[in-house]
Amino acid sequence: MIETALTDLWYGFGVAVQPHNLMWCFIGVLVGNMVGVLPGMGPLATISILLPLTFGIKPVGAILMLAGVMYGAQYGGAICSILLNLPCHPPHAVTCLDGYPMTKQGRGGVALGLTVMASFVGASWGITEMIFLSPVLVRVALQFGPAEICSLMLLGLLAGSTLARGSPLKGVAMTVLGLMLGIVGTDLETGAERFTFGMTHLDDGIELVALALGLFGIAEFMNSINQVSSINAKYTNVRLRDMRPTKDDVKQAIAPMFRGTLVGSLCALIPGTGPTIASFVAYATEKKISRHPEKFGTGLIEGVIAPEASTHSSVQGDFIPTMSLGIPGDAVMALLLGALMIQGIVPGPQLIKEHPDIFWGLVASFWIGNIMLVLLNVPLIGIWVKLLTIPYKYLYPSALFFVSIGVYAANNDMFQVGETVVIGILGYVLLRLGFHPAPILLGFVLGPRFEENFRRAMLISRGDIAVFVERPISVVFIGLCVLLIVLQIYVRLRGPKNAIVTPPVLETAE
Amino acid sequence: MRPARSFAAELVRNLVRKRDFYAGGLVILLGLVMALKGPTYRLGTLMHMGPGFLPTALGVILVFLGILIAGTALGVPPGEDENILPPHPEWLGWACILAGPLCFILFGSFFGLIPGTFACVFVSALGDRKATLKSAAILAAVVTVFGVGLFSYLLQIPMQLLTWRGL
Repeated sequence: MIETALTDLWYGFGVAVQPHNLMWCFIGVLVGNMVGVLPGMGPLATISILLPLTFGIKPVGAILMLAGVMYGAQYGGAICSILLNLPCHPPHAVTCLDGYPMTKQGRGGVALGLTVMASFVGASWGITEMIFLSPVLVRVALQFGPAEICSLMLLGLLAGSTLARGSPLKGVAMTVLGLMLGIVGTDLETGAERFTFGMTHLDDGIELVALALGLFGIAEFMNSINQVSSINAKYTNVRLRDMRPTKDDVKQAIAPMFRGTLVGSLCALIPGTGPTIASFVAYATEKKISRHPEKFGTGLIEGVIAPEASTHSSVQGDFIPTMSLGIPGDAVMALLLGALMIQGIVPGPQLIKEHPDIFWGLVASFWIGNIMLVLLNVPLIGIWVKLLTIPYKYLYPSALFFVSIGVYAANNDMFQVGETVVIGILGYVLLRLGFHPAPILLGFVLGPRFEENFRRAMLISRGDIAVFVERPISVVFIGLCVLLIVLQIYVRLRGPKNAIVTPPVLETAE
Repeated sequence: MRPARSFAAELVRNLVRKRDFYAGGLVILLGLVMALKGPTYRLGTLMHMGPGFLPTALGVILVFLGILIAGTALGVPPGEDENILPPHPEWLGWACILAGPLCFILFGSFFGLIPGTFACVFVSALGDRKATLKSAAILAAVVTVFGVGLFSYLLQIPMQLLTWRGL
């Protein structure tokens, strides 16, 4: 088994080092790193803007680039957190707790250097996990009938909406709303037009790009306009020389790095627990096993390394269910899956077999991309730090233009730009009412496939809804769903006693 | 001991101050739209589901969730931030952000990419409190040059640079 995995990986490298794929991967990680550094721009918005531009290139290049944006942003986000104390991206919020104090002590460069190292280790582990776990999962998943797929999707949706931040009830409501938005348009099976309200522009459904950019672009800008305080550039003077850690630093960082990696990879295996949760858990674990927990928050290297390593290992691990089962764990994965679907590729267990170039090329490009990121981040740190000082007032108008033209370019249709504005207003209202819009995207992407499989399952079982609990694999998934709900209620009734780390300001849409 | 009616009134007064009450209300509203509109698309049977089956079912679930969300607001004391509007409402900023893409639609479809880009960036840049007409115009000009170069020449977006479609 290891041998086939390695042969496949070799093949993947063959795909990934083709010059144009290499180029797309490089553009992806470069852009990703850039937006990761820029306060106020998230990977979700960036991927959505780039998405329409990838329609012209081949699926492999497209997915390599979009995935590159995603993990590139994770590298950039750390810079923002450590040097500015700005949790621009939720996964890096905990990094601020110890990263910024380190910066104040003049050790920000060291923190960054070690973070790059930890990120690479975490990511490498995540990729390795993907290489060996995905084929196993696929073998199991290929046995699934419509009923199993349905209950698995149900589990994925439920986990994605309840385990993320915020109230689980609201999360589920957002998922259902997403499913509904996925229904808009012509029903594939019967040709009936649903919820189009007479607008022929809506016949093809709501455009994924418009939805994503409305929720994570426009709503997000409305949320942060005139809120982003002027940036304190006092500590942003980091040079390459400052990044080199001492021997003691490295020695101190090794153990937390591996612990963080482990936590991240475990979190990646549970659907719905993305990098944000992984980083929080890693920080809490470090604090718990530390001999001097009271020192956390004063600039301990462990408090920076463990969450960063776990973020990266979980980001890579998140690709496992997305690519092998076609069930995305969070909104970014849903978007990537949507990108594949736009290219005409059906996600699911057959993907690895039918499009090995995409899967193995992606895996190989992760290695290449991560190496590129290390190379980009270490010598060019000065440039990234400069980017931090770009004021928001220049950023968001430019981003709005990119949003407009991005949505327009998706179908050369101005109607969809208007659609984005409407969705943006809805998204902002939801945000103010305490909803997190990320599960909407999850429901939206899975919605049509859920309906299709549900119909098929019902047809096969002759309208017997009990089929979901009669088939052994399906009943396991349903059981897990029930367990998840019961646990949520239990936690709620007991009260939030075990909130170990309270996140700093986290008012982003992601 | 207070009479029951004033207690109920108190409860309601407490409730309408809460964010979750409105959150639940919005969810119920969305659910109702689906649950009522769904059946008009033909429900079908479980075995042969019609196009209206899933929307109706989802609508009912959404209404149920909305009631639960609003209901949980009953039990807990009001939190620190129960305001739906943020502490400093940015009406001008919001209007400018929304007007930006709308300007892009308007100017873009009537006059082409260059005016569309300029108008979009210019209008939305005015939303920042520190922005001046001059700074917005400079930013808009810079973005227009870059944007046109990137999208029109490099990426070949099929949109005319300058046109006159009449009004």
